[in-house]
Amino acid sequence: MSNPLKINPQELKEEIVKDYSAKVARKRSKQIVLSQAKEKGEVPEIMANVRTIPGIITQRGCTYAGCKGVVLGPTRDILNITHGPVGCGYYSWLTRRNQTLPDSDDDANFMTYCFTTDMQENEIVFGGEKKLKKAVQEAYDLFKPKAIGIFSTCPVGLIGDDVHAVAKEMKEKLGINVFGFSCEGYKGVSQSAGHHIANNQLFKHVIGLDDRVSPAKYKINLLGEYNIGGDAFEIEELLKECGIELISTFSGNSTYGRFANSHTADLNTVMCYRSINYVADMMHKKYGIPWIKVNFTGAAATAKSLQKIAAYFGDQKLIARVDRVVKEKLKAVEQAQAEIKARCQGKTAMLFVGGSRAHHYQELFREIGMKVVAAGYEFAHRDDYEGRRVLPSIKVDADSRNIEELHVEKDPDKFKPRVTEAGQKQLAEQGLNFAEYDGLIPEMEAGTLIIDDITHHETEKMIEAYKPDVFCAGIKEKYIIQKMGIPCKQLHSYDYGGPYAGFQGAVNFYREIDRMVNTRIWKFIKSPWQLSPQLIGKLGDS
Amino acid sequence: MRKVAIYGKGGIGKSTTTQNTVAGLAGMGKKIMVVGCDPKADSTRLLLGGLAQKSVLDTLRTEGEDIALDDIRKVGFGGAICVESGGPEPGVGCAGRGIVTSVNLLEQLGAYADTEKLDYVFYDVLGDVVCGGFAMPMREGKAREIYIVVSGEMMAMYAANNICKGIVKFAEAGGVRLGGLICNSRKVDNEERMIKAFAEKLGTQMIYFVPRDNMVQRAEINRKTVIEFDRTAAQADHYRNLAKAIDTNDFFVIPKPMTGDDLEKILIDYGIVN
Repeated sequence: MSNPLKINPQELKEEIVKDYSAKVARKRSKQIVLSQAKEKGEVPEIMANVRTIPGIITQRGCTYAGCKGVVLGPTRDILNITHGPVGCGYYSWLTRRNQTLPDSDDDANFMTYCFTTDMQENEIVFGGEKKLKKAVQEAYDLFKPKAIGIFSTCPVGLIGDDVHAVAKEMKEKLGINVFGFSCEGYKGVSQSAGHHIANNQLFKHVIGLDDRVSPAKYKINLLGEYNIGGDAFEIEELLKECGIELISTFSGNSTYGRFANSHTADLNTVMCYRSINYVADMMHKKYGIPWIKVNFTGAAATAKSLQKIAAYFGDQKLIARVDRVVKEKLKAVEQAQAEIKARCQGKTAMLFVGGSRAHHYQELFREIGMKVVAAGYEFAHRDDYEGRRVLPSIKVDADSRNIEELHVEKDPDKFKPRVTEAGQKQLAEQGLNFAEYDGLIPEMEAGTLIIDDITHHETEKMIEAYKPDVFCAGIKEKYIIQKMGIPCKQLHSYDYGGPYAGFQGAVNFYREIDRMVNTRIWKFIKSPWQLSPQLIGKLGDS
Repeated sequence: MRKVAIYGKGGIGKSTTTQNTVAGLAGMGKKIMVVGCDPKADSTRLLLGGLAQKSVLDTLRTEGEDIALDDIRKVGFGGAICVESGGPEPGVGCAGRGIVTSVNLLEQLGAYADTEKLDYVFYDVLGDVVCGGFAMPMREGKAREIYIVVSGEMMAMYAANNICKGIVKFAEAGGVRLGGLICNSRKVDNEERMIKAFAEKLGTQMIYFVPRDNMVQRAEINRKTVIEFDRTAAQADHYRNLAKAIDTNDFFVIPKPMTGDDLEKILIDYGIVN
């Protein structure tokens, strides 16, 4: 293990961008920043949510992936039809490891099916609306779903099929909810555009349709939690033990009905801020539900998040109950921590993933004594790095303008402010602030590099320089990293593992990382003949 | 086999000029195939005596993949073989992709095979080069020589200049060359001199000046080329001359498209009668 302190990050940054052309180097320099010693509220500015430079090999995905795959994918009873050639639907089917648990055998679950219009040359030339209508009809006849979502792929945008008109027509014809998403893959600069489009359509077409109010006392929604590897199950169980009613999760283990009813909750808790902040803000404006940032990744963060929720409701009985649950759970966690920390202390990690995980997972590494030596997001915006305070100074470029921004007003009947101004002030004094997120940079130690939309070249350079004990990314990066002799933990799909949320999840993660950083297998990555060749030759003269 | 594509601004008379030229070439004993590359499928109406043609794409849609060449070819005036690409209704789907599909299918079916003994294939392409699909005949050597139908009207010349830009783009890869401008007169002042000058600036030639004659309209109403409708008419001679000019043409260039300012200057220099 190398000592990261010996590396001069500023020099390393210069070394990394030196290989680029002047124009590329200029742009990438703004996307690679050095975290500084924390002055109050001062963080360096980073360039983010800008176009990837062609040819540099990005980690990013497309708008369709962000919309259909990430946000809408985990809902089990909305029948999602991909309008496009068969590959888009097929390769986005069951690949994210988002799990779901129907209430009973009669409960609809379409996740195990892949629905696509399988567009052919004929539809490209003559338009695909007819085939789409037929697909919606066929899906309805076979499954009688409550709702059907239609997702546009690139060619749909190019030939101009009007998926919204088809959705409207079929909604009237079938008497169920049918809605479309203009989430053509090429839109925006990354999958982030797809999250926004998904948020908009859920807000327009689903949220607020069912006004029945649950008699439960403490009602919350959990936003930006997608039940990868069963994370949402862990959190659901915890909330239950604390006596907090979860109305809806967006969208891990979720259902259409729960979305429709979600505006009756009294608090929105936001996990992945990047992918779902739009819904949180719009629900606040329209229904008066405030939102707080939570994090159920890491034992301490989970405890803190539960306590924040209890503090919001302010009921002493609830606060005591949450404290009791936390105390009991932490006991088992601390035992595992102590055991694993002995083996992991001082080891290093890099996190280049997502729009929130590169931040959240730092908690888990810290808890077993590991140090995150560099981090960055794949598709985040400046507020995810620098905190929401920079929102007014973010320049809205043409790529962002291309994505619809909904204009939301108070609902005349359903708007109900959940906290008074005085109450808000009181909560702020306890450290509970609404609609606040400080971002990733303040989390990072001074002198660490933060890299947005890291490139293949930069990944290699960073690994060469720091030789981290584990690198967290996704499937596209996994094997190039492992070929360099460094284990890669996938934080999109969790490889085959999980859950990693909550208290038990934290223990699962400690054990997984312990296993990965302490195995001796990486020593054998080079074949014996590479290390000490028995024959040495050279190519003949030519 | 010479592979010719006719481009030009919408409504300039590409289809009429193409079919009359083909009739002229047929009269010289040439064997020709005309491929209409317009979703309206009206590029072979005069040769066939009406819109009787079932388009390639319609056939592909209804018959599936099992198509014989004779399902999509029809023999018209003077033995000219007529094919219509066809395409979607306006505002739907992608007509450009339709052209690509259709030309590929023709190739697969052997429409261009040596056994067909074709002297010429003519592509009659819709309007401007609006997207990649409509450039298909220029690409990959599908067409080797281009003629642009133009008149002395500003927008027609502007379109011709744009098409030249397209030719430059594909000239290197596909080997396509510009064979000349065909002036289809609109009786604009100084038209012949202006188009000659325009052609010279582009580095090409005005291969023929087709005067305006109501005879063309009469023949069209009767669903015939002028040569078929009245072989003795003066206009029939013009089309035969144009056919001859194309048949003997050996001046093929990569054009030099003009800047907008230069183009307007030509109009001022020649268009304003002193």
